[in-house]
Amino acid sequence: MTSLRDVWTIAHLTLHEAMRRRILLAASICGAAFLTLFGIGLHFGIADLDKESGMHVVQRAVVLNMMTLAGLFATNFLMVMTAVLLPVDTLSGEIGSGVLQTVASKPVRRSDIVLGKWLGHVIVLAAYFVMLAGGVLTIVRCLGHFTPPRIAQGLPLMMLEGLVLLSLSIAGGSRLSTVTNGILAFGLYGLAFIGNLVEQIGTFADNDAARYVGTVASLIMPSEALWQRAAWHMQPTLTQQIGGTPFSPISVPSPAMVWWAAGYAAVAVGFGVWGLRKRAL
Amino acid sequence: MAEAILETRELRKQFGEKVAVEDLSLSVLPGEVFGFLGPNGAGKTTSLKMLLGLVEPSAGSGRVLGAPLGDRAARARLGFLPEHFRFQDWLTGREMLRFHGRLYGLGGGDLEARVDRLLGRVDLLDAAHRPIRTYSKGMMQRVGLAQALLNDPAIVFLDEPTSGLDPLGRLMVRDIIHELRDRGTSVFLNSHLLGEVEATCDRVVFVKAGRAVHEMRLVDEPGRLSVELRTGPMEGATRALLARLGELDGESAPAAGREGTITRLRVPDEARLPEIARTLVEARVALYEMKAARKSLEAWFLEVMGEEQRPG
Repeated sequence: MTSLRDVWTIAHLTLHEAMRRRILLAASICGAAFLTLFGIGLHFGIADLDKESGMHVVQRAVVLNMMTLAGLFATNFLMVMTAVLLPVDTLSGEIGSGVLQTVASKPVRRSDIVLGKWLGHVIVLAAYFVMLAGGVLTIVRCLGHFTPPRIAQGLPLMMLEGLVLLSLSIAGGSRLSTVTNGILAFGLYGLAFIGNLVEQIGTFADNDAARYVGTVASLIMPSEALWQRAAWHMQPTLTQQIGGTPFSPISVPSPAMVWWAAGYAAVAVGFGVWGLRKRAL
Repeated sequence: MAEAILETRELRKQFGEKVAVEDLSLSVLPGEVFGFLGPNGAGKTTSLKMLLGLVEPSAGSGRVLGAPLGDRAARARLGFLPEHFRFQDWLTGREMLRFHGRLYGLGGGDLEARVDRLLGRVDLLDAAHRPIRTYSKGMMQRVGLAQALLNDPAIVFLDEPTSGLDPLGRLMVRDIIHELRDRGTSVFLNSHLLGEVEATCDRVVFVKAGRAVHEMRLVDEPGRLSVELRTGPMEGATRALLARLGELDGESAPAAGREGTITRLRVPDEARLPEIARTLVEARVALYEMKAARKSLEAWFLEVMGEEQRPG
């Protein structure tokens, strides 16, 4: 049975580490730079829009939505990188250096070590995501007086994508070396990205084989499907139906894929627990 | 005899084809300082890890503090200093001890008091606020020792505790081990430094190729005292009397130009020395010289391990 106190002790150490090793500071500086750049770009984009005197309010909303999704797409990419890199050596590194020997010889379950590290990293990732996504939405709101629709449905899906990759990265660390773990996590992300592209093309060309390839890729790694569904949620109904923007999926992943992804993350954490329990330290 | 605080039976660990520990059976008594000796690759560290639940045995069984190996409740009552103590070096010494204390379930004023006491004991109070990455190797070892004692353990496992320490640091570790013994805490000491082991341990086990091949007490060990006698001619009856006082260990001629014959024997303790002298005098055997010396642990180590273990 899990000891919440032990889980929190490990999570607290992870948070402490993120602050003390200036991981949060570095992420904040990079995030602030990204938001500044996004704000400047949006400022000039909106200035161009305002020059178009004949633009209909719906057209303006579609363009602003596309700009917002471009910002969220970049946010999504940064979060994916962070989700993989942040915890990639948290277990493998400490196993390799022997740090974990001293911790695991204490009266703490190995499962609590994994769960504590997972929780600590989730909190860091969530803070980073809130800063970036919140920043993008705030900038668009301030400069363009616009907020995309259904962000309450879209943003959690983006966060779930981060959770999937973070859980995978932690799980891999219980059995693999840091480098192998990183390559595997990014490899699967790349597979999902390409698989989704193939699926979109397959749907557009009405090619079932290509569509199935994409679906299988999404089952192997549901990250890209989550972004596609999140982006679909956060679009005006018009572009949801007719597409036409770079962020309008032709084939929208089903709600079942969201459940699959949630289960995927849970199984990954379970694998991490099992992996560390069986590991000779 | 007190019940063993640690006991293993035919413990074995195999990594793929490689057998790290073959058949380890040993026991440690409460309050005993126990030395675990062997050459590199003898399986000492793997054995230690099995006792701590860090490595699962392939076969055999063991109990620590009356519970199966790796038992969580038992782990709350043991301390461990790994051979190459590593920790998140961005923490300060005090923060690191607080973290480990929390893992032991400690907290509040009690934890703070223990941290202060142990930092003082390992002479690190002045450096307690500094990140561990700024510590010297010896300071790392000392703060590691402090974390192993946070819970007032019933048994402490020390893997090469004096590695990297200067002579004063070694003396401090030796004193701490003596204090632990005085408090009734058992110490399981894994060390290559035979002098340290000799100065601190009550009993040692020699491990060779994953097996415990020899066990001996370092205090009052029978046969540890070697006596060399240079005497005049001795009758068989006198030799038989000597054999009752100790174990005869051969004869040889003395150096050129010296009288008599050299007889060697091993005796359990110094109390036998006057008896030997009395026996010889009463038998009217000329006693020219009598030397007694303890056999060093190093000599025992070489004898038990065999000359083939010597590199080169």
